[in-house]
Amino acid sequence: MVTVTMTVNGRQVSKEVEDRRLLVDFLREDLGLTGTHVGCDTSQCGACVVHLDGKAVKSCTVLAAQADGGSVKTIEGLANGADLHPLQAAFKEHHGLQCGFCTPGMIMSGVDLIERHPDGLDEKTVRVELEGNICRCTGYHNIVKAILAAAEEMRGGMRQAAE
Amino acid sequence: MYPLSYRRASSVDEARRLFQEASDAAYLAGGHTLLPTMKQRLAVHDVLVDLTRIEAMRGISVSGDTLTIGGGMTHAEVSESSEVKGAISSLAAMVGSIGDAQVRHRGTIGGSIANNDPAADYPSAALALAATIKTDSREIAADDFFTALYETALEEGEIVTGVSFRIPETAGYAKFRNPASRYPMAGVFVAKHKDGSVRVGVTGAGMEGAFRWHEAEEALAGNFSGEALAGISLDPGMMMGDIHGSPEYRANLVAVMAGRALANLGSAEAII
Ligand SMILES: Cc1cc2nc3c(=O)[nH]c(=O)nc-3n(C[C@H](O)[C@H](O)[C@H](O)COP(=O)(O)OP(=O)(O)OC[C@H]3O[C@@H](n4cnc5c(N)ncnc54)[C@H](O)[C@@H]3O)c2cc1C
Ligand code: FES
Ligand code: FES
Repeated sequence: MVTVTMTVNGRQVSKEVEDRRLLVDFLREDLGLTGTHVGCDTSQCGACVVHLDGKAVKSCTVLAAQADGGSVKTIEGLANGADLHPLQAAFKEHHGLQCGFCTPGMIMSGVDLIERHPDGLDEKTVRVELEGNICRCTGYHNIVKAILAAAEEMRGGMRQAAE
Repeated sequence: MYPLSYRRASSVDEARRLFQEASDAAYLAGGHTLLPTMKQRLAVHDVLVDLTRIEAMRGISVSGDTLTIGGGMTHAEVSESSEVKGAISSLAAMVGSIGDAQVRHRGTIGGSIANNDPAADYPSAALALAATIKTDSREIAADDFFTALYETALEEGEIVTGVSFRIPETAGYAKFRNPASRYPMAGVFVAKHKDGSVRVGVTGAGMEGAFRWHEAEEALAGNFSGEALAGISLDPGMMMGDIHGSPEYRANLVAVMAGRALANLGSAEAII
């Protein structure tokens, strides 16, 4: 067993877990944060994407012990109380989901993607960058629309904050 | 995944010691090959020795005609590095085309080189850029390093601490992705070096893993353009064949990718 200590959605947590515990199981089973999903066992689908130390990672392919001392953000940590994050709001507005299984991973990847492109995004970049997230329902079209819309809005917000 | 013990090393010496103390240890870097394999119980290890917090395996530097990348650097760090982009822009672009953004945030150059997956991208660049693989005990030329499928010249417990690439006059990369795994079905890295020599590294297609295409190198030394490849072909007997493509298909695909790489010098092209 190993003791892992990390910040999850701003809250410090410390637990003893099996050495082989995956980060995704730590989040879902030990912390009850079931918003992060598991959609495959080949590290391909992206349903499990969370931010580890500010970077989008597939939490099914990271040991909880490797994240020790780090900071994790999951889909549950994105909204500000009752106010949805701009990308969550854009998924709602643009019908970026159907069954919703891929959505937490899509949104965490989308936020990371927007943050890595502060100068803005175009449709081609969004489609290429979604390589690691699979959706079986939507055909991606509205997901791409939602990410582009949120990117615009977040840039507007950043501009306002800078002024 | 079967039960295991996780150990974190803070230095290369400590990693070696932890590895030797266990009966069947493996090093853990980005984990993006090792953990999926262990989850499917295709690999079993009693101890995983985490290399990712070893400071000495980090960093990127340019000295003269050599670009050196620490063995622990992630694909994202390499592809975004201004040193790598400045020294060998096609290498930065190739690394930026590995897997997906999340894989690139974790996967490392050391793990990729040590694993020698026959479809991995890095081995083609290591061969074309006359790389030297640095380990905790010696230096190995890329030409002697990749020995067979998933096999390298590394001894049991030896650690890849860094990789040095020869900065070429110009280079380019092109690959055709497998539509399911997304690894290259054929990836070709072409480089023209400052001494006039040409090296061509091919991945994804060879039955023995990545290889140098010597005949193309000779033809390109006289005329570094796609035209020089007309009339040259690879022996399908050396190529992999599977449900995604026959050996003949792959032999042709390598030639097509070599042409695309030559038409895209300074960058990398990933097809579908
Ligand atoms: C969905 C997905 C898509 C991918 N697509 C591609 C792709 O298109 N192209 C591509 O090239 N790769 C691809 N990869 C593989 C990815 O690049 C891996 O991260 C990489 O091959 C292994 O690096 P790692 O740091 O994750 O190593 P690990 O998985 O941690 O280790 C791999 C092996 O190398 C050993 N090892 C690790 N580091 C060292 C070291 N420094 N010295 C000695 N031995 C070491 C380990 O013990 C293990 O045996 C993909 C992976 C996934 C999950
Ligand atoms: S569950 Fe992690 S990639 Fe599919
Ligand atoms: S909405 Fe169902 S998988 Fe994406």
